[in-house]
Amino acid sequence: MTTTVAETEEGTAGPYALSHLDSLESEAVHIFREVAGEFENPVILFSGGKDSIVMLHLALKAFAPAPVPFSLLHVDTGHNFPEVLEYRDRVVDAHGLRLHVASVQDYIDRGVLRERPDGTRNPLQTLPLTEKIQSEKFDAVFGGGRRDEEKARAKERVFSLRDEFSQWDPRRQRPELWNLYNGRHAPGEHVRVFPLSNWTELDVWQYIAREGIELPEIYFAHDREVFRRGGMWLTAGEWGGPKDGESVEKRLVRYRTVGDMSCTGAVDSDAVTLDDVIAEIAASRLTERGATRADDKMSEAAMEDRKREGYF
Amino acid sequence: MSTIISEELSATTLLRFATAGSVDDGKSTLVGRLLHDSKSILTDQLEAVERASAGRGQDAPDLALLTDGLRAEREQGITIDVAYRYFATPRRRFILADTPGHVQYTRNMVTGASTAELTVILVDARNGVVEQTRRHAAIAALLRVPHVVLAVNKMDLVEYRESVFAAIAEEFTAYASELGVPEVTAIPISALAGDNVVDASANMDWYGGPTFLEHLETVPVSHDLAHCHARLPVQYVIRPQTAEHPDYRGYAGQIAAGTFHVGEAVTVLPSGRTSTISGIDLLGVPVDAAWTTQSVTVLLADDIDISRGDLIVPTKDAPATTQDVEATVCHVADQPLTVGHRVLIKHGTRTVKAIVKDIPSRLTLDDLSLHPHPGQLVANDIGRVKIRTAEPLPVDSYADSRRTGSFILIDPADGTTLTAGMVGESFASPEPVKDEPDDDGWDF
Repeated sequence: MTTTVAETEEGTAGPYALSHLDSLESEAVHIFREVAGEFENPVILFSGGKDSIVMLHLALKAFAPAPVPFSLLHVDTGHNFPEVLEYRDRVVDAHGLRLHVASVQDYIDRGVLRERPDGTRNPLQTLPLTEKIQSEKFDAVFGGGRRDEEKARAKERVFSLRDEFSQWDPRRQRPELWNLYNGRHAPGEHVRVFPLSNWTELDVWQYIAREGIELPEIYFAHDREVFRRGGMWLTAGEWGGPKDGESVEKRLVRYRTVGDMSCTGAVDSDAVTLDDVIAEIAASRLTERGATRADDKMSEAAMEDRKREGYF
Repeated sequence: MSTIISEELSATTLLRFATAGSVDDGKSTLVGRLLHDSKSILTDQLEAVERASAGRGQDAPDLALLTDGLRAEREQGITIDVAYRYFATPRRRFILADTPGHVQYTRNMVTGASTAELTVILVDARNGVVEQTRRHAAIAALLRVPHVVLAVNKMDLVEYRESVFAAIAEEFTAYASELGVPEVTAIPISALAGDNVVDASANMDWYGGPTFLEHLETVPVSHDLAHCHARLPVQYVIRPQTAEHPDYRGYAGQIAAGTFHVGEAVTVLPSGRTSTISGIDLLGVPVDAAWTTQSVTVLLADDIDISRGDLIVPTKDAPATTQDVEATVCHVADQPLTVGHRVLIKHGTRTVKAIVKDIPSRLTLDDLSLHPHPGQLVANDIGRVKIRTAEPLPVDSYADSRRTGSFILIDPADGTTLTAGMVGESFASPEPVKDEPDDDGWDF
């Protein structure tokens, strides 16, 4: 894809045509308002990553000048980037929001979950998440998942029903027609809602640029001590690296996604502004997960299997 | 790169379109070709496809794997659900609802077409218009998709002959016009060889029209709203009740059709109370006018009782409310819909109890024949239903307004989405067998 725009022809976009960002924004706001109107206790999954930051921004716009009628939930793996946690706390304070934290470290300390040999904690997030949903009785859980991220997600609904075990059954999905979302569920079940379903990575970045949304610094190029593992640059740290045979070096990198330190890779980059980032992504030949996520490469059906178990 | 460029990138429009056709017609190849030639397939996606193809002993990458996401589909080599694909060119952003073409998957096609502004119907040049093509055309007509593209594929297998293409295009266009499809664009292509998909074909210089992608990039996405009935289903009432905004009462919703202006006299349905629009807030920006499909908050001059589920309409152009809804439906659930069935009906932002009073007929898509009083509709059936609602609903005819003329039926017991409904007549043209005329004042 190139980054120049041809003149729009006469007649293809009249005075009433919305730009693609306006169209996606309007759709996402509609989704937030539907949930506010139909559910008792919704929560936004908030990791401090760019997708959840955009979700929160859209929610703020959807209900302004009133406050957002949802709380936030962060599943803390214990291996989060400090810059991201700092950002999370600042945003929560700024907007007077309520933050729930489900902690993977807690579960490991209590012996309920066991550390994996590879040190990756992403798959360990499912149990703390689902138990928190049950204990707080959340009936709608907003996730920042996008259909363009991965093949199993390409078939995900905007309103995705989960049973009392948070399981996703692709055959039990309800057809979604027009913009009539069906949020009915039995007690104990909940609905995962994906307001960014139709957004691509580039849309998210363009929207961040257009709206002037502030992001954690690790999204922009900076010097960082990293080491190579599984074809990715990982941040050196107490979580489990570098190990024997791995050596640390200082490189100019940035993160395209923000997740667990143990499985989120940095990319070589000199993009220091939003425009730099957008130009880099528009020219990139790797999807963001392919470049940065070890856990999705596990198997052809990795995401599908984890979604069935209740993963985001 | 400058800010100007990001702004320009943001200034493209969005086209939602759907495909209909089977694997045999080369649909997956067409989608794969479109993504591949528009450089929308990224290196790692292509590598994953190559790995999976090689693992199954195929010697060439199988582009169908790009869209078949679920394990059962990969194992059976079929598509069992709607998959959404995203791609962009410098001129436009696209959302493709890729729907399977098998007969038992009518509901998926209906689902994909419900949000599409354009439908692509694929035929094999060697076979021409077949029963399945007629079914796809009927669904596009029922769902009132504004633009229909007939992609005549595998032209390479008929020596790229104009006469073959012209005969198929003529037959299909005649059939589609009978169904009231407003516009058909026929394009001769070879998805496998790449003719007229993204790049113009050197093998068909007799064809002077746009390539498939050029057509997608230039088809109008903005409709003339001057003649649309303005409709705003209220989703949520915004009342901050803060020191800063003690008296703010805003009615939030996404404009379903038409245009609203500040100063306009409006009526709130079903109550019938009237007021004047005193302000429109477009996500933080005060505006004088707003139109479909903007999400807005409307402020009114008078303090009247309005809640979620109400519909704000211009006083001079209000729909009638009725408790008797007659509609064409597609049944989408595995359990049947029967006469006497107690259901919930969701129309716009309002959900009320209802009962299925009658199922006058079932429609066979192959030949559009009507089967009177089938007693029930099963999954993938299309039929006519009469529904009695517990409260009056301000329904439009689906022909006039896709968003306020559509509804879903929900099973109150387990929440299953049962049926997708379109109010009013099935097709824009006279049907082979006329139902009794209704007297709700819809004009066709």
